[in-house]
Amino acid sequence: MDWHQLWVITSTPDNVPIVALLFLVPFYVWYAFRQAFANDRLIEQLEASPEMAKTHHRKTQPYQSGWAKELPVWPFLLRMEFLAALIVTIVLFVWSITLNAPLEEPANASITMNPAKAPWYFLGLQEMLVYFDPWMAGVILPTLIVVGLMAIPYMDMNPLGNGYYTYKQRKFAIWTFCFGFIGLWVLMVVIGTFIRGPGWMWFWPGATWDHSRLIFEINRDLDQIVAGIFSSLGMLSVAEFFGNIWVRTVFGAIVTGLYFAVAGFAIHKLIVATEFNRKVYARMSMLQYLTLQVMLTFMLLLPVKIVLRLLFRIKYIWVTPWFNI
Amino acid sequence: MADENPNQSENKNPVGLMDRVKEEIKPFQQKLESDLAGLMQPQKTALYKSIFRVKHDETPRSRSLGVLSNVFLHLHPARVNRDAVRYGYTWGMGGITFYLFIVLTFTGVLLMFYYHPSKIVAFQDILYLEHDVPFGKLLRNMHRWGAHLMIITVWLHMFRVFLTGSYKKPREFNWVVGVLLLVLTMLLSFTGYLLPDDQLGFWAVTVGTNMARASPGLGHEGPFGPQLGMTPYNDVRFALLGGSIVDSNALLRAYIWHCIAIPIIASTFMIVHFWRVRKDGGISGPSPVGLAKEIKWDRLDER
Repeated sequence: MDWHQLWVITSTPDNVPIVALLFLVPFYVWYAFRQAFANDRLIEQLEASPEMAKTHHRKTQPYQSGWAKELPVWPFLLRMEFLAALIVTIVLFVWSITLNAPLEEPANASITMNPAKAPWYFLGLQEMLVYFDPWMAGVILPTLIVVGLMAIPYMDMNPLGNGYYTYKQRKFAIWTFCFGFIGLWVLMVVIGTFIRGPGWMWFWPGATWDHSRLIFEINRDLDQIVAGIFSSLGMLSVAEFFGNIWVRTVFGAIVTGLYFAVAGFAIHKLIVATEFNRKVYARMSMLQYLTLQVMLTFMLLLPVKIVLRLLFRIKYIWVTPWFNI
Repeated sequence: MADENPNQSENKNPVGLMDRVKEEIKPFQQKLESDLAGLMQPQKTALYKSIFRVKHDETPRSRSLGVLSNVFLHLHPARVNRDAVRYGYTWGMGGITFYLFIVLTFTGVLLMFYYHPSKIVAFQDILYLEHDVPFGKLLRNMHRWGAHLMIITVWLHMFRVFLTGSYKKPREFNWVVGVLLLVLTMLLSFTGYLLPDDQLGFWAVTVGTNMARASPGLGHEGPFGPQLGMTPYNDVRFALLGGSIVDSNALLRAYIWHCIAIPIIASTFMIVHFWRVRKDGGISGPSPVGLAKEIKWDRLDER
């Protein structure tokens, strides 16, 4: 265990925001879900007794009859805003006095930084480069992330959960978003910061960043593995068949198509899992449904490729003369 | 009274000089006293009234007018949902993000006084800022950490808005504007990364813009790029960097994007974002919980 290495990584000034993120994200997840579960318990009570549903003010916040539903912005909101500005200013001053912004040597194109890392908030994209070619990781997937985020309100046809924390009423949406935001985006930023060392190699926390480390791992394409299986079975002519690029292209297209069919089917099963979900599904137009399917199947492609790459050493599942996936 | 001679009056009324002076300044003294008494109530002064236009007392009407007739506060409604004032619902993340944008604009303008976007002096300017400019180091630190903090608060703001379902009808479009602001925030930070012209920024931007050359159809290493005539000297990466490598043109372009173009674009979207918060009915909650069995499925689209 190389504690010094661990300290060097976590105390690098530019990594401090990610250390902060490690505490802030879990805290706010806990904070949000505590309120969501409180609301869910209230919803359960209200559903159980229609009498209560008629009279209750339907919030977990305290309420007494006679209280105004609204408060004057001055002073009740403005003092909160002033307090927030004050606290942020103090935090920023203390942070800026105690920790200096990094400044390396002057830019020099002939001396490569190793590891050369993007700013921390883009490390998710840089980490995706391990699993996809640059045109996918750097262009297509970021575009899909942005477009997919923008499309969320137009795909989510669930009328419940507008303006209050809840988990029970929006399970599918919340699982999907938390998986994408925490399970993929934040996790990959954390991996890119703390795990990836020189040569973008995987160093577990506490391992020394050895600049002369070499990894002899052979990443193979899926069709070559299939060809290998055929040849080990003695079917050499079939294996040779896979040497042809057009056979590989067609094979990859079939595998990729198969992935989208299976992933789409699984996602569909989730979309129509419950009675309530089926009602929401019935509200969706064909366009809404297909957009949702495209976004989610592409999102799932990332963890699938992470598993294939890290556990099975598979590089591409689809090789063509023009592009590889 | 012009013919009245001070010497003559002195002869007529043989009182002391001091008494006479006291007599003479009495009117001024009274004026001063009433002025000072007026300062105890600054709201009554003509200056105050000319600036704030409304009376400032404890009536609900004055409180509302105080917010609504103030150019800086008029983004607020006069009254808000009483539970929205609690920290738990919004976490204040949107407001903190905006406040950080103001802090960054302020520190950024001050930094611009000391920085030349030129390959020859950019790095030296940072050294000068760190070692010679009074509070220069604090200024740079605040700008950098404020930028990082802003990215975190933007993410958390988005997370909160999602978990409260605040993007749902009628706020769909404001979520779209918010996503664009998220992207602009990260681009603002990214373009600023190159400006110190050190190894960290240089290689981060090299890694970042290298992805652009892999753009399908638009980059010279992307799928179908070469087939469409893309070379290192005419593709989208060239347009971003103003050259085929990260050099002086890239520095100037990053500077202009960072200090002028993106702040203007982001400010425009921010105006729309805040305007829409109000127009879409104010902050989304905390609203009363809905129940599944109360939904009228056949009438949902009528709203």
